Amino acid sequence: MIKKKDISIVLCGPAGRGIQTAEKLLVSIFRKAGYHIFATKEYMSRVRGGSNSITIRVSSESVKALVDRIDILIPLDRIALGHVEHRISEETLVIGEKDILLNPDYKLPCPIMDVPLTRLSKETGGIIYSNVIVTGLVARLFNIEKSVVQSHIKQAFGHKDKKIVGRNIDAVSRGFDAGKQMEPDLRIELRTRTMSEIKNEFLINGGEAVSLGAIAGGCRFIASYPMTPSTPVLTFLARHAEHFQIIAEQTEDEIAAINMALGASYAGVRSMVTTSGGGFALMTEGLSLAGMIETPIVIHLAQRPGPATGLPTRTEQGDLLFALYAGHGEFPRVILAPGSLEDGFLLTRKAFELADNYQIPVLVLTDQYYIDSYYNLYRLQTEKSKNRATVMKTDRKYKRFALSKDGISPRGIPGYGDGFVEVDSDEHDEEGHITESSTVRINMVEKRLKKVEALAKEALPPEWIGPKDCETLVVCWGSTVHIVTEAVRHVNQEKMAVLYFRQVYPISPEVQDYFKKPKQMILVENNATAQFGRILKSECDLEIPKKILKYSGLAFSVEEITRQLQDIVA
Amino acid sequence: MDQNRYDMKDIDIAWCPGCGNFVIWKILKKTLDELNIEPRDVVIVSGIGQAAKMPHYLRCHTFNGLHGRALPPATGIKAVNPGLTVIVESGDGDMYGEGGNHFMHTIRRNPDITNIVHNNMIYGLTKGQASPTSQVGFTTSVQVNGVILEPLNPIALAIALNASFVTRVSTTDEDQMNKILKKAIQHKGYALVDVLHPCVSFNKVNTYQWIKKNTVRLEDTYDPEDRSSAIQRALETDKFSLGIFYIQSGRTTFEANLNVYRDSQEPLFSRSSEPVRLQKFINQL
Repeated sequence: MIKKKDISIVLCGPAGRGIQTAEKLLVSIFRKAGYHIFATKEYMSRVRGGSNSITIRVSSESVKALVDRIDILIPLDRIALGHVEHRISEETLVIGEKDILLNPDYKLPCPIMDVPLTRLSKETGGIIYSNVIVTGLVARLFNIEKSVVQSHIKQAFGHKDKKIVGRNIDAVSRGFDAGKQMEPDLRIELRTRTMSEIKNEFLINGGEAVSLGAIAGGCRFIASYPMTPSTPVLTFLARHAEHFQIIAEQTEDEIAAINMALGASYAGVRSMVTTSGGGFALMTEGLSLAGMIETPIVIHLAQRPGPATGLPTRTEQGDLLFALYAGHGEFPRVILAPGSLEDGFLLTRKAFELADNYQIPVLVLTDQYYIDSYYNLYRLQTEKSKNRATVMKTDRKYKRFALSKDGISPRGIPGYGDGFVEVDSDEHDEEGHITESSTVRINMVEKRLKKVEALAKEALPPEWIGPKDCETLVVCWGSTVHIVTEAVRHVNQEKMAVLYFRQVYPISPEVQDYFKKPKQMILVENNATAQFGRILKSECDLEIPKKILKYSGLAFSVEEITRQLQDIVA
Repeated sequence: MDQNRYDMKDIDIAWCPGCGNFVIWKILKKTLDELNIEPRDVVIVSGIGQAAKMPHYLRCHTFNGLHGRALPPATGIKAVNPGLTVIVESGDGDMYGEGGNHFMHTIRRNPDITNIVHNNMIYGLTKGQASPTSQVGFTTSVQVNGVILEPLNPIALAIALNASFVTRVSTTDEDQMNKILKKAIQHKGYALVDVLHPCVSFNKVNTYQWIKKNTVRLEDTYDPEDRSSAIQRALETDKFSLGIFYIQSGRTTFEANLNVYRDSQEPLFSRSSEPVRLQKFINQL
């Protein structure tokens, strides 16, 4: 019997074997059963073969971060076993087909329970059913009713051919029965919650959090070019475009995407693009255009490791300084970096408000780990906030770039009022016409940069998580927050706290106070050069000499941060 | 009728005296006026170059964006407010060189916009380098031994992509330009208007006289709805034909295909948001 509060299951196998389908099925089954769940994946940039894995934490308490530890490992082939070898310990239980998995050159340090997956899937209709068989098996181990599992399958495959639905139900039932046979040796007892306890919760991933935030922020137009890991936001908004009255267009390239979105924004709707490293590189001229024509735009930048094509399906926080300095010329911008799923929703919504209020580009910085990670949380609450572009009816005297105290000019749009709305990528006068006058140039530079002051005042302060009188403060930003927070709990919850930055530029002036008390500070970043540390130094003259950095292309695990924090404070 | 509704006061025009741009400018204002389109309903979108300065000399809404990137914002503007008349003003370098990818894909997308390309077979603003339409052998400060690249044929390319309206006109035939431009603006869908015109400062080969001598109107009996003959005529090399090469009537525009206009024609910017709808959606997830 496994008696833990928190069980980590890993499914691993080649691309094309339906690991992700198993993930989707299992998280939905676990959620409805009343467990807390966290799930994430790491995958190769290929459609078939290789080795991909999903990690699902099933727990009686809230879990939101990746662990290395594997309690139950289900490898679909021998390569999969090798792929996660470093995560296997004596306490791991491997469930799989002995004949396929066992290798004379490699001795497993842990027990293996034999399941004839090949035979079971052949009986069902072929090897492609092994993912659904495994789903049934795992569900049984967690004491879920057979009928409940079957109804999930019906729901998930219901839109498909009847024969296919039938085979999948057969597959899941065979897996379920195989799990039942293991019962004498393997029983998992975790506390579940009742329906009433979970009715206000739902389960989403980072991509969905950002997408829902965009809808809440009044997004009416998204133009993008598909690029991993940023694509889920485009597909989500496209799928629900009709319901929420959004135009979602796949463009010929990222250059078209940002320029089209700026056209839509100029004409009066809240607009966004979603992209990743190389695609964002192509957008930088358009970003600069947004700065010049003071036209709001939200850019969702889901980071992956570079340079160039880098590791297309992996994760990194390596584009922070690029996001900060991208685009030629000097103009204001804001960079938000959600770490929690709730923040993905709230900050993306805020990004639209900021872009609109200040007529500037706002970046929402995420990464592959964030986009692909799920957990259960309270259902997000919408607000009756102003989520439409702020536009005025123009009169005949209207000037799009009228000079003002705060640098913000009333925004008119074509087709609404008697004035003309004229914008120019060249330096321009108040009306928006090309000029080379030095006086006008100076006025316009100052007008655009005036917005920086107010933006800094409005900047979201970092969140202090843990004891106020801590000795050690661990600083992180964006997607690492839950991993760092859980690690800090393991190391020393009385004397260690976390400082989580959800806005990374401009930085709230309050940050100076946060750095005064703690004896020791440690910076955690998923990159090689401590990019946020450099922003803290250049913007706030704050320095954090101790750093925990990772740039393998994978996310940190709780254990990894725990070990490194222990080494530093020891 | 106010003859000067598109005229601007006190403008300092950056074009050389005798430039073909002046003719296009005059005809564009005249055509818009004759069509009785109000300046407040017109957005002129341009990229960069001498031709792309056009929006600064017309009284209407303008979006003078980046080099080569006029078509994407024009598409975005038309998509969120289909009531606007959207005209893209561009040169041969801006449209066929820097913006070539958008040229191809905007044709495929078919927004209801008019794309006027000032084609003088040379780069003017950067002072006389080859453009994508420069003829083989044409020498410049960069192409010192003469152009060796095959000139881009925008008419044939647009027809090959099944553009819904394709025409070539010339500043040497103002009357025809005026009539055709009118049809292009009225056409529902993407319309390419390639305008041959001289660059008096840098192109000493393809002059006004050269264009006059090397162009001929398509005959009155020509049928612009026949795509294969249109391609054939577009590929002719002895002389440049002028006129409407190809019309594909009845093709649905990009905007008309958008689901946001299925039940309502109200411009997108004025539609109110519905947090309740989102909350319901979240509650069902």
